[in-house]
Amino acid sequence: MINQKSMSERLIDIINIILLGLLALMMLFPFYYILTISFTSYEEYKLSELILWPDRWVTDAYAYILNSKEFIHSIGVTIYVTVVGSLANIILTATMAYAITRNIWGQKVFLFLVLFTFIFNAGMIPTYLIVKATGLINSYWALIIPGAINSFNLIVIRQFILSIPNELNEAALIDGANDLQIFTRIVLPLSKPALAAFGLFYAVGHWNTYFNAILYLNEPSKWTVQVILRQIVILNDTTNSLASAARDAAKSGILPPGETIGMAAILLATLPILIVYPFLQKHFAKGVMLGSVKG
Amino acid sequence: MNQSSVNPPPVTALPKFPVPSRTKKLKDRLWRERYLFLLLMPGLLYFIVYRYIPMLGNIIAFQDFSPFRGFLNSEWVGLHHFKTIFSDPEVVRVLWNTLWLSFLQIGFAFPVPIILAIMLNEVKNERYKRIVQSIVYLPHFLSWVVVIGIVTIFLKNEGIINRILSPMLGIEPISFLQQPGWFMPLVILEVIWKEAGWGTIIFLAALSGINPSLYEAAVVDGANRWRQIWHITLPALRSTIVILFILRLGTVLDSGFEQIFLMLNPFTMDVGNVLDTYVYFKGIQNADFSFGTAVGLFKSLIGLILILAANRLAKKYGEEGVF
Repeated sequence: MINQKSMSERLIDIINIILLGLLALMMLFPFYYILTISFTSYEEYKLSELILWPDRWVTDAYAYILNSKEFIHSIGVTIYVTVVGSLANIILTATMAYAITRNIWGQKVFLFLVLFTFIFNAGMIPTYLIVKATGLINSYWALIIPGAINSFNLIVIRQFILSIPNELNEAALIDGANDLQIFTRIVLPLSKPALAAFGLFYAVGHWNTYFNAILYLNEPSKWTVQVILRQIVILNDTTNSLASAARDAAKSGILPPGETIGMAAILLATLPILIVYPFLQKHFAKGVMLGSVKG
Repeated sequence: MNQSSVNPPPVTALPKFPVPSRTKKLKDRLWRERYLFLLLMPGLLYFIVYRYIPMLGNIIAFQDFSPFRGFLNSEWVGLHHFKTIFSDPEVVRVLWNTLWLSFLQIGFAFPVPIILAIMLNEVKNERYKRIVQSIVYLPHFLSWVVVIGIVTIFLKNEGIINRILSPMLGIEPISFLQQPGWFMPLVILEVIWKEAGWGTIIFLAALSGINPSLYEAAVVDGANRWRQIWHITLPALRSTIVILFILRLGTVLDSGFEQIFLMLNPFTMDVGNVLDTYVYFKGIQNADFSFGTAVGLFKSLIGLILILAANRLAKKYGEEGVF
């Protein structure tokens, strides 16, 4: 049957494959272009129309940006927030998810409290005022605590925990384990894949966070990498955002490598995402779909 | 996304206890469940302090809130701010921008993942399919700063697009990022570039559930490729499309703060300022907390009504609905 494909069927297949290939290229080309330009000298970039392969590969842009204390500091800050934040996220999400899988007193109310945030949320300003009232403004905790639990992730992890066979619980109870021990010795080890997946999701969120940083952190010395990236690339301001490198360059009389700095900054800021992407990819399809499995 | 498996139960459905030893029994139970409560507490505290108290904080929409006098002592002004919302031409324009953007998103960005999923589903070579998938999912994980940074690099006057276009067409460089006319098209294209691939996951999952014998039977009956897509693939996607559409309707007043904020500049403020960014500019930057909250509350309430209405509508037409 399948071998009897007509010419037009084959044509559809070929066009489909070509179109998808073009789409994939559209996704990849920006990366390729920015990678090449970040290694191109500024003079060459300024003069040529379209550079697909530079005449000379140089690392000026990287040397310049890595010489900037501000950029290095922002990377450090973002790593700190990402690591501490994701750990806090996953611990809070997993503990609460587990507690409301069990037939705890008030379970339905607690579950409702979580689900209601799917359809109604306090707005930006009341949240801001509470963050302020709890003394988190200008503290890195403001990037961690106000978004400590993502309701959707919590529900998905809860579904995952619910799928653990109840016999394991019962066996542990007979052996005299309490709920805390069941959680740490049975539930946590068995949900490791789900927790790893959501830990990564949370981590990507922290690394990419921009809005909370401008909302809650007012001092430029506290800028995260996304904030400094915006200054460099979108607002085209390297003199203030990379002040230390700019001073050094002025002192030694070297012209800064212009827009190629922005390209190098984008690549450096995206590198961690590209590194974890294979792991993300392994998990996310499962993670996303877990939510729709009927419990 | 399907939350129907976890129906929100009514708040009143607390367990009933026999009256005589009620408190004693409750105490026993709470003691028995002490470790569970220990595990629950941090998360519950988080929800109360950072999700529910701010909901109550919305009362400042009815006050002339002053940070010095606090939530309880600020002067009450009733619906004053809401009246301002509807009489201020700026708010009307912002509301219009928000709705226009959502309309364009639903019209242009919403169908793309569906089409892309169908295209991927038609690929017979599993390896090619997987490579394309890996590539189109990637942009989802980039930050908006990076995406708009890339757009800025490509589209500015001395960027690659203008360097190719202007000699080719013999025109002056186009200031894509400053021209109001380009704002919405760019926003939509960015959303498609970043999220279309990711959006296919849920549709591909629905498609993977189709029994292959349906296609075989269709081939035997002489159905060509288009008829197979029309009569088998699309019906398999129907309920997913309806559910995502309902969820999308509930968020027509959300525009994605980061993207819009990063795209806005003085030249595009008129056409691009949406409710989310307006609340930020008014409420945080101008410290007009009460008015900003009123706009935000108005937005959340409309969103709530829309999602409940859309859900009911879907159920009425025989779909499952979200909850």
